[in-house]
Amino acid sequence: MTTETLSPRTPGKPRSTMPREVVRRRRYGGHAWHPTLGTGPLPRVLTLLALALMTVIWLVPFGWGVDTSFKTEVDASASGADWIPKAGFTLDAYRTILGQGNLPVWAVNSVVIAVCVTAITVTISAMAAYAFSRTLFRGRRVLFAVTIASIMVPPQILIVPLFRQMLAMNLVDTYAAVILPQVVAPAMVFILKKFFDGIPRELEEAARIDGAGSFRVFWSVVLPLSRPILAAVAIFVFINTWNNFLWPFISTSDPQLMTLPVGLSTVKDSTGLRNAQESAASILGSIPLLIVFMLFQRQIVRSVATTGLGGQ
Amino acid sequence: MASVSTPSRQAAAGSRRAGSRWAAATDRRRSPGGAGWLFATPFLVFFTLFLLVPIGIGLWMSFTDASLTGHGDGVFVGLDNYTEAFGDSQVWQTLGNTVWFTVLTTVPLVIVALVMALLVYTGMPGQWLWRLAFFASHLLPVAVVFQIWSMLFQPDRGMLNSVLQTFGMDGIAWLTDEKYAMWSIGLVTLWWTVGFNFLLYLAALQAIPDHLYEAAALDGAGAWRRLWSVTLPQLRRTTALIAVLQVMASLKVFDQIYLLTKGGPNGATRPILEYIYDTGFTNYRLGYASAVSYVFFGIIIILSLAQLKIFSRRED
Repeated sequence: MTTETLSPRTPGKPRSTMPREVVRRRRYGGHAWHPTLGTGPLPRVLTLLALALMTVIWLVPFGWGVDTSFKTEVDASASGADWIPKAGFTLDAYRTILGQGNLPVWAVNSVVIAVCVTAITVTISAMAAYAFSRTLFRGRRVLFAVTIASIMVPPQILIVPLFRQMLAMNLVDTYAAVILPQVVAPAMVFILKKFFDGIPRELEEAARIDGAGSFRVFWSVVLPLSRPILAAVAIFVFINTWNNFLWPFISTSDPQLMTLPVGLSTVKDSTGLRNAQESAASILGSIPLLIVFMLFQRQIVRSVATTGLGGQ
Repeated sequence: MASVSTPSRQAAAGSRRAGSRWAAATDRRRSPGGAGWLFATPFLVFFTLFLLVPIGIGLWMSFTDASLTGHGDGVFVGLDNYTEAFGDSQVWQTLGNTVWFTVLTTVPLVIVALVMALLVYTGMPGQWLWRLAFFASHLLPVAVVFQIWSMLFQPDRGMLNSVLQTFGMDGIAWLTDEKYAMWSIGLVTLWWTVGFNFLLYLAALQAIPDHLYEAAALDGAGAWRRLWSVTLPQLRRTTALIAVLQVMASLKVFDQIYLLTKGGPNGATRPILEYIYDTGFTNYRLGYASAVSYVFFGIIIILSLAQLKIFSRRED
């Protein structure tokens, strides 16, 4: 349903009949009423308090991790909830982690794997979606039905046969083993096909009359018109791949090939005596995606909204 | 899944109608059949190699005693693995844990997400901050979630128990007491993943046409009335989809449980995916692990179809 908001034929929600001024004031929290909020200051204050409370609850765990990463190991394993450590704040944990750990290697692996998976997934999914949407090859209906049906197959149940297959193909502990099984995204083909279906055929026919072949039409007409949905799919795939745990965990045992989520999970010991270092590693491991989110919040929010319901 | 099949049927019907007209127009000049294959082939190759083939291999393996240590593909044992699986108390217990986790997490993950979205949608200043606060935890790798919450949960010096003690309560053995372990995992899961549903709800709220609210306001509906009579009914379809997706996602739980409790204490939190993992990769019984996977897959298919039926009936 949300894909419709990005469809080239639907320009968003129906235009409001209210005077522009009222709409503007309402949207930006002026004096006029809001759809879900009463007039008057009390509801606004209560809403703000509720929001602030939930925000604090949601940020405290992460804040505690950040706080711990700046403590000495003694303070980090001390009992209680002291935000200000007795021995003061220190960068020791970060120094140690960056000096000895495999963290940079894992970060590079995560980047390489997530970029490869995203590039391959978007390319092959867009091509297949174009084929299903715009060409008439034999068997297209059956193949599309099979693709749609396969959305129901949870990749998790395939870990055993996939691992067996990787053994047989001699790929265990290679980038290929981590990357290849992750590029099959039938849900993304479905989402892209739905979008391509909405692109007016007149544009394509005009190009064909000018002598453009199928590839030319795809490249110069369809793809440029599909930038928002391609970005949405790419962002969605990238985040999922970046944080994927189970398959990279199974298909790699060499620390030099691990991704951040897998590598970080191996450094934790059960004693809690290296809390500061482990927290520092965790914070460093979360930073890349958090920065990406802060820079591209709008696009990421839209990506989740357009692909989330169809893309899981 | 409801989200997938209903629109696809409409889309297929739509494209068939439009397609035939278009086909008639283009077929005279060229037959794009070959090009279609060319475009579809790369995806179909990967799709076959890494989805269809593993499905086949897994099915075959589930009828053999294949093991990770042995050479070759194991001996055909017929339905032995499946008979064993249905009589295996571990299968039932881990399946029960998985269902319990799903029940425990789905309701709060839908309701808290809805509350968050409604609060943010009021247009309070600081949109950027609220979205960051509620969604950012979804971007953390599971290992980071594990690190943070294992510190908070530490029984003798952890933060949560210190807070409880300042209020005069006894500390809780969050992850090591069978009574609490699954609840603690549920709490972590809520904190970690609610942001995703929150964004879906926020998008759905923003798609509700303004004129509905305007009409309600003209009829004298107050804020609560508008919430009950406009907003929530408009969100019904989204709620159904989010609930379906959440059930499916919760059934596939593995990462956070595996890291936080390893399925303990005493198997109280072990989900079926971890049993499959343990059977296949710790005990090397690939054949049996495949059979359990397929039993689990069967359950997922049945649940999906049931949900599809329930929700498609409700929409009529």
